Amino acid sequence: MTHAHITSAFDEELKYLTRRISEMGGLAEQMVADSVRALVNSDLALAQKVISDDAILDDAERQIGEKAIVTIAKRQPMASDLREIMGSIRIAADLERVGDLGKNTAKRVIAVAGSGIPRKLARGLEHLAELALVQLKEVLDVFASRSPEKANSIRERDEEIDAIYTSLFRELLTYMMEDPRNITPCTHLLFCAKNIERIGDHATNIAETIYYMATGAQLQGERPKDDTTSTLGSVTD
Amino acid sequence: MNIMSEAAVEKALDQKMSDANFKMVGKDVSVYYGEKRALFDVNLNVRKNTVTALIGPSGCGKSTFLRTLNRMNDTIEGCRVTGKITLDQSDIYDPSVDVVELRARVGMVFQKPNPFPKSIYENIAYGPRIHGLSRNKSDLDQIVENSLVKAGLWNEVKDRLLEPGTGLSGGQQQRLCIARAVAVSPEVILMDEPCSALDPIATAKVEELIHELRANFTIVIVTHSMQQAARVSQRTAMFHLGNLVEENDTDKMFTNPDDQRTQDYIMGRFG
Repeated sequence: MTHAHITSAFDEELKYLTRRISEMGGLAEQMVADSVRALVNSDLALAQKVISDDAILDDAERQIGEKAIVTIAKRQPMASDLREIMGSIRIAADLERVGDLGKNTAKRVIAVAGSGIPRKLARGLEHLAELALVQLKEVLDVFASRSPEKANSIRERDEEIDAIYTSLFRELLTYMMEDPRNITPCTHLLFCAKNIERIGDHATNIAETIYYMATGAQLQGERPKDDTTSTLGSVTD
Repeated sequence: MNIMSEAAVEKALDQKMSDANFKMVGKDVSVYYGEKRALFDVNLNVRKNTVTALIGPSGCGKSTFLRTLNRMNDTIEGCRVTGKITLDQSDIYDPSVDVVELRARVGMVFQKPNPFPKSIYENIAYGPRIHGLSRNKSDLDQIVENSLVKAGLWNEVKDRLLEPGTGLSGGQQQRLCIARAVAVSPEVILMDEPCSALDPIATAKVEELIHELRANFTIVIVTHSMQQAARVSQRTAMFHLGNLVEENDTDKMFTNPDDQRTQDYIMGRFG
């Protein structure tokens, strides 16, 4: 049980960081969900909204960074306070990246629109996004509860996302081989799938940061990896 | 060949090495001021050529413990020390110990700079002279110069050695007191909040000095500044209500301490 600070303004500063990160998390989640919805429905207006929302997320990251720097200079935090602030900076950076990935997917909506995404592929992308979003949502819940056990279990689950990404990758390759006219939209979709897969990695990063904030120890060992696409389609495959 | 036993031997050797690395060992140290007990069975070892910082809220016993290390508590009426404190494995509370000699081996620097009302030169020369550390004037000159160089003060005062020590700035006076402590070639230097009366620049100079002195001396410092403890020490001991709460590597202590009370204290939280 941690007690309140003697200087209550310090508590306010830490609360500010936590609150802003939760807000960032909510917005990043929304952007990712919207971007995938815009993609499968060819919804250009929604895609445009995602693109403009990214500026809000970028601003929030800058403000969190500035507040963190000022707090460090002013309070010279120690132990878990210091980890809390350093962790906030890292998590804000991860969330900002998640927003960028959503924005990148949204930008591709225009390129892909009209080419008619096969139903099966769209469902695959939706499923991938669902998993990434669950991951992101859970990691934000863990951020609120600061439970190191849960942080660890989220890290274990990135495998599933990697596996689905790999199967989408194979599928897209097949479409491209079937008909060269598919290459342009499929390449865009491949990037979209990669974007979503990366979101899972950022959620994992955040889980590791929360674990460190809560315990002061780094999670040991390689994180589970099931993304085998880096060798897929090579001569030896 | 048995690999396990070899590892065990190595471990035992390490253990022996680290025992020898303890310059001072405090075992079950308790201090009473009359009826009032100020320290409760403190077990704390001071490592050789290491800066050990003692931290804790006012009245926690850190200064009391510091003063047991060179028997400064002897001068306080009604003060009683129990337990055992050794310097290089020999008991410093043994009746045969000459306290003056002990204090030459375990020097002290106080919170407020307290130069003698004498010249800069005499401030340094006084100790070596009464302890008979010099044979002649040139010996003594050398000791004065060396001590001032070690204290990082030589360049600032070499042209005015005969001016009064009290005419120096606060930071210079404190470094003069450190030079005075160093002059009698002590093995351990105790510092009781040596920077609390100094500005940040003078503080930085004293901290730099502490860093350099570590090569030749063992240092124990009491400080109220967490940042200072984090900057200058390698080991940190946290006291609370007369008890030693935690003793740990300084890096660990200030990033991830084991004890909740340490955590609350260094982070400035209500305990």
